[in-house]
Amino acid sequence: MQPQDVYFVDGVRTPFGKAGEKGVYWNTRADDLIVKAMIGLLERHPDLDRSAIDDVAIAATTQQGDQGLTIGRTSSILAGLPESVPGFAIDRMCAGAMTAVTTTGSSIGIGAYDLVLAGGVEHMGRHPMGFDADPNPRFLSEKLVSPDALNMGCTAEKIHDRFPALTKDRADAFAVSSQQKAAKAYKDNKIQPDLIPVSAGSEAGWSLVSQDELMRPESTIEGMQGLKTPFRAHGKVTAGNASPLTDGATVALLAGERALAKHGLKPKMKLVSFAFAGVAPEIMGIGPIPATEKALEKAGLKIEDIGLLEINEAFAVQVLSFLDHFGIADDDARVNKFGGAIAFGHPLASSGVRLMNQLAKQFEEHPEVRFGLTTMCIGLGMGGSVVWENSNWKG
Amino acid sequence: MQDFAPLLADTNEIISHSYVSDVTLGSGRVIALVTLDNGKDHTRPNTLGPHTLLEFAGKLDELKKRAANKEIHGVAVTGKPYYLAAGVDLTKVQGLKDRHSGRLIGEMGHWALDKLSDLGVPSFVFINGLALGGGLEVALNAHYRTVNQAAPAIALPEVFLGLIPGWGGAYLLPNLIGIRNALKVIIENPLKQNRMLKPAEALELGIADVMFDSPRFLEQSLDWADDVLGGKKVKRKNEPGKVEKATIWSPAVSIARKTVRQKLGSVPLSPYVALDLIDAAKSGTKKDAFTREDQAIEDLSASDQFHASIYAFNLVQKHAKKPSGAPDKALAVPVTKVGVLGAGLMASQFALLFLRRLEIPVVITDVSQERIDKGLSYIIGELDKLVEKGRLSTDERNRYAGNLSGSLDYAAFSDCDWVIEAVFEELKIKQEVFAELEKHVSEACILATNTSSLSVAEIGSKLANPERVVGFHFFNPVAVMPLVEVVRAPKSSDQAVATAMSVARNLRKTAVITSDSAGFVVNRLLGYLLGEAMRAVDEGASFEQVSEAIAPLGLPMNPFDLLELVGLKVGAHVLDSMHAFSSERFYASANLHKLAEYGKLIDRDAKGNIKGYDKKAMEIVGNGLGKGRSSEEIFESVNLGLAKEVKLMLDEGVVQSAQDIDLGMIMGAAWPFHLGGITPYLDRSGASERAFGGTFHDPMIIGIKG
Repeated sequence: MQPQDVYFVDGVRTPFGKAGEKGVYWNTRADDLIVKAMIGLLERHPDLDRSAIDDVAIAATTQQGDQGLTIGRTSSILAGLPESVPGFAIDRMCAGAMTAVTTTGSSIGIGAYDLVLAGGVEHMGRHPMGFDADPNPRFLSEKLVSPDALNMGCTAEKIHDRFPALTKDRADAFAVSSQQKAAKAYKDNKIQPDLIPVSAGSEAGWSLVSQDELMRPESTIEGMQGLKTPFRAHGKVTAGNASPLTDGATVALLAGERALAKHGLKPKMKLVSFAFAGVAPEIMGIGPIPATEKALEKAGLKIEDIGLLEINEAFAVQVLSFLDHFGIADDDARVNKFGGAIAFGHPLASSGVRLMNQLAKQFEEHPEVRFGLTTMCIGLGMGGSVVWENSNWKG
Repeated sequence: MQDFAPLLADTNEIISHSYVSDVTLGSGRVIALVTLDNGKDHTRPNTLGPHTLLEFAGKLDELKKRAANKEIHGVAVTGKPYYLAAGVDLTKVQGLKDRHSGRLIGEMGHWALDKLSDLGVPSFVFINGLALGGGLEVALNAHYRTVNQAAPAIALPEVFLGLIPGWGGAYLLPNLIGIRNALKVIIENPLKQNRMLKPAEALELGIADVMFDSPRFLEQSLDWADDVLGGKKVKRKNEPGKVEKATIWSPAVSIARKTVRQKLGSVPLSPYVALDLIDAAKSGTKKDAFTREDQAIEDLSASDQFHASIYAFNLVQKHAKKPSGAPDKALAVPVTKVGVLGAGLMASQFALLFLRRLEIPVVITDVSQERIDKGLSYIIGELDKLVEKGRLSTDERNRYAGNLSGSLDYAAFSDCDWVIEAVFEELKIKQEVFAELEKHVSEACILATNTSSLSVAEIGSKLANPERVVGFHFFNPVAVMPLVEVVRAPKSSDQAVATAMSVARNLRKTAVITSDSAGFVVNRLLGYLLGEAMRAVDEGASFEQVSEAIAPLGLPMNPFDLLELVGLKVGAHVLDSMHAFSSERFYASANLHKLAEYGKLIDRDAKGNIKGYDKKAMEIVGNGLGKGRSSEEIFESVNLGLAKEVKLMLDEGVVQSAQDIDLGMIMGAAWPFHLGGITPYLDRSGASERAFGGTFHDPMIIGIKG
C-alpha cells in the first residue's frame, strides 16, 4: 500500500426538487434518484472500467425505507455496477456526502483504494429530518443539549442571539443575493452541465426534471421582510433566509494519482486537507468555523490563501457568522459565486458534493486561484471543511 | 371523425388517460411527452378501450396544432411504470352486440393510432414496459421506437386468441421488419403457446430502433429522440426493400401457410386471415391495408372461434387459479419431504420435478438397489444436463442432488409428508406397496397414486387409513405438460385433496379435481375419440379417411399420430380399460393390439418427418378397403358421442362443471382454444342439442350471427 494524492475527478447531481407532495419527486424513490445520478456520472466516463471502482459510499441522514438497507450497496446493484464492486452507507447528517468524500478519499490517500464513487441522497419529502428518531431521554433530563438542538431553525435563531451584529437585514440581503447569483449562474449555464436530468412520474404522467425546482430569482429584500418567522415569534429566521426542504442526490468520482494515469482521467481538483469539528448542538450553525480553522492548519494555509469558498447556506445567518469570524465581507466575490443552498435547496446528506461541483466549476474558470474551500454546518453541533487545490491552477 | 357512438355507449371502461407534458431537450427543442396511465396500481395494465382512444386522439389533434405553430418539435408516447399498454380490453370485444361494432373497433383504433404518423413532426413511442397487441400497435404507428431493456414482454398475441393485429400491425410490422420476422411475430410465436418477445429480441428484429437500460430509460430515450430530431439517421437493417417484396415475400407467406396447415389443419380461421393480410401488405396503400384489417376484425370478432378462444383464455388465466370443488387451502398438510415409490423413468421424472419445484428432500425406492441406483444416476444426469444448458446453477444442482436419496428400506420414508407411487400399473402391486409403506409413515402422510386406469379407492382399500389416499395423475412428459388430475376417491379426506392441490400449485401445474372414475377427464374423452377412430378403421376405413373425417374438429393432432406419440401399447391399454369400464360406449380394438405388437403405425423419413402410414400397419388393419361408414357419418357419430360422454361425466359428477372438462382438455390434451376446449364447440355444432336436447352453456358461447 503506497500513499498517494487524492483527486476529485468529476461530480454531478440530480436537479433538486421541493420536498413534499407538491414537489417534482414526490413519486420518485430516493434510491432511484441516487441511481440515476450514479449512472449519469458514469455515462460521462464511458471508457472507465467499472470493475476498477474500489468502493461506493452513499450518505443519507434518515437511513430507512428507500434510503435504508446500506444504500451504497443497493444503489450500486441498481445502477448496474459489477457485483464485485462493494458499497456502504454513511451518515453525518448534512455533511453525509462530504464525509463520503473525505472517508473514501482517505482510503485512496493511504493507498487502499484507487477509484471510488462518493455521494449522498436525501428525499426530505419521504424522510423528514429526524423522522422516527428516538433520542435518548438523557439528552434532555441531564440537559446535555438544549431542547432546541434538534430544530435547526431554532439553532439559527441562536446565532442571531450570540452575534447581535448579525441582523435580520443582513441575513435577508445575503439570501436575496444568493438567489440572484444562482439565477445568473443558470443564465450563464454554469450549473446545468453537471445536472443529470431525471424522469419523474406523477398522477399526471411522466415529466423530465432538468433544472432545480426551488429557485426564486424574483426574491427582493422587500419581499423578505414580510415573511413569517416560524421558529420564534418576532424572530429573524424565515423561509426566505433559510434553505428550503429539498429532495436530491449527488455523486462524485474520486481517484488516486495512480488511477488518473491508468484510466486516463483528468482531475478537477486535489484534496489538500479536511477536518470536522464539534460545537454546542443548539448552535450548530457555527460549526464551519472551528472545522475550517483545523483544516487550514493541517494544510498549512491561512484564510487569505483561499481564493474561492463554497459554504453551505443552511441559513444565511450561519454563513454570515463564518464570514464575520474570518473578516470576509458579506458580498465578497470569492464566496458562493453561483449562489447556494438558499436558492438551490439543501437535501441534507447530498449537499456536500454540490459544493464541490460548484467549486470545481469555478476553479476551471479561475486558473489564477490555487486553493478553495468547501464547508458546511452539521446538525447536532458540527462543522466540516475540505481544502482543495485547483488542478487548473497556473501558478 | 366517424361515428363511434355505439362503442362509446359503454361507460364502464377503465380509461387509460393521456397526460401531456412538455419536455425541453438538451438541444432546446421541445418534445410533448404523452403518458398513458389508467391510474391503477401495477396489477392493472393500461388497456385501450374506446374512451381511451378518444382521449388519445384528442390529445394528438391538439399536439398537431401545436406542432404547426412550432411550439413542439416532436411527440413521444410512453406508459405508466411497467406498462405501455396490454392492448384492447378483450372482454369488451367479446361483449359486442353486432358485427358493425366489431368493425368500429378496428376503425377507431386505426383512426386514433394513425394520427401518430401525421402530426407534422416526428413521433416516438418509448416502449417502457409490457406492450401487447394494440399496445404494441401504438408503437408501430409512430415513426420511431425505443425499448426498455427490462420490459417484460412484447408481442402481437392476437392470432393466439382468434383475432389478427388489426390496428395496423398486420401491415406496419412486415413493412418495418421484413416478411420473415413479421411472420415470426404475428403467426409463429402466438401459435407456440403464445410465446412473447424479450426486448433484446424486439430490438434485433427491428421492432425497436434502440434499447436502453431501465434506470434511465426515459431520460436516454428523450436524449436519443433529441438526436433524431437533430438529424441523426436511424438505420433499419430489416426494413424490406423492393427486392424482398418482389421475390421472397409471397413465397415466405406460402411456406408459413403450409407450416400452419401441417400443424393446425385448416379449421382455425385467424392464422389464415393474418397470412392473407400479411401477404397483401407488400403492396398497395396503407389506407387500403387498414380497411382490410377493419374487415378482418369485423369478421373475426363476430366468429364462434374468437368467442370460444376468449372463453378458453379465461379458463386458463382465471378458472385454473380457482379450481372447482377445492377444499379450504388451509387444510393442506405442509409438505417438507417427498417419497417416490418406484425408480423407473416415470418415477425418476417425478423425483426430478419435486426436487426442482418444491426444493425439499426427495427419497426414492424400488425393488432392488440396482434399480434405485439407476434411477438416482438418471436424475443426477438430468440435473447435470440442466447445468450444461445454463438453466440451473451449480449451487442449485448441488442443493437438489443433496436433497435426493434412495433407499430399499421404507424406514427412509418415515418423515415424508407426501408419497407418490409410480409402480407398475397393477392393482395388487399398488395395494401391496401402499400397505407396506403405511407401516412406516406418519399418521398425517398423504399417499398419492399416479394411476391412469385403476380405481384410486381400490388402491387404498387395503390401508388402515384409506382417507389419506388421493389420485395425482400427471401427463407425459411430466416436466412439460401443465395438467394434473387430482382424483378424489369416495373416502379421500379434504386434507388429502387440499394437500394434492397445494402440491400441484407448487409444482406450477394446473389441477382439475375429478371423481374416482375410469379415465378421469382427459383419458376418458381421448379414449373415446381414439376408440372411435379405431372402430372406423376396423370397419374398413383407411387411416387417411378417418383422419380426414375427424379433421373438421380442428384438433392439433389426428388420432393415429396421437396413438403413435403416446405409444401404441399405452393407447391399446387405455382403450381396453375404458372398454372394461363401459363396453357399450368405449371401443377396444384387437387391431390396435396387433399394431402395438408390430410397433409402428407411421412411416417417417430419415429426419423423422411423417411420410405416410406404414405399409405393414395398413396391411394389419386390412388396408382400408373403403367399407364402412361415410366420413360424414364417422364425424357425426364422434361429435354426438363426445357430447353424450361429456354430459354423462357432468351428470355423474366426474367434475363439477363443463369448464373443468374444457380446462382439462386444453391443458391435458392440447385441445385448441378455438373449440373452447370442447363444450363450446359441441354446443355451437348442434351436437349437444342432438345428443341430449340441450346445451352445456346457456347462453351458448358463440359469435355474432347475421
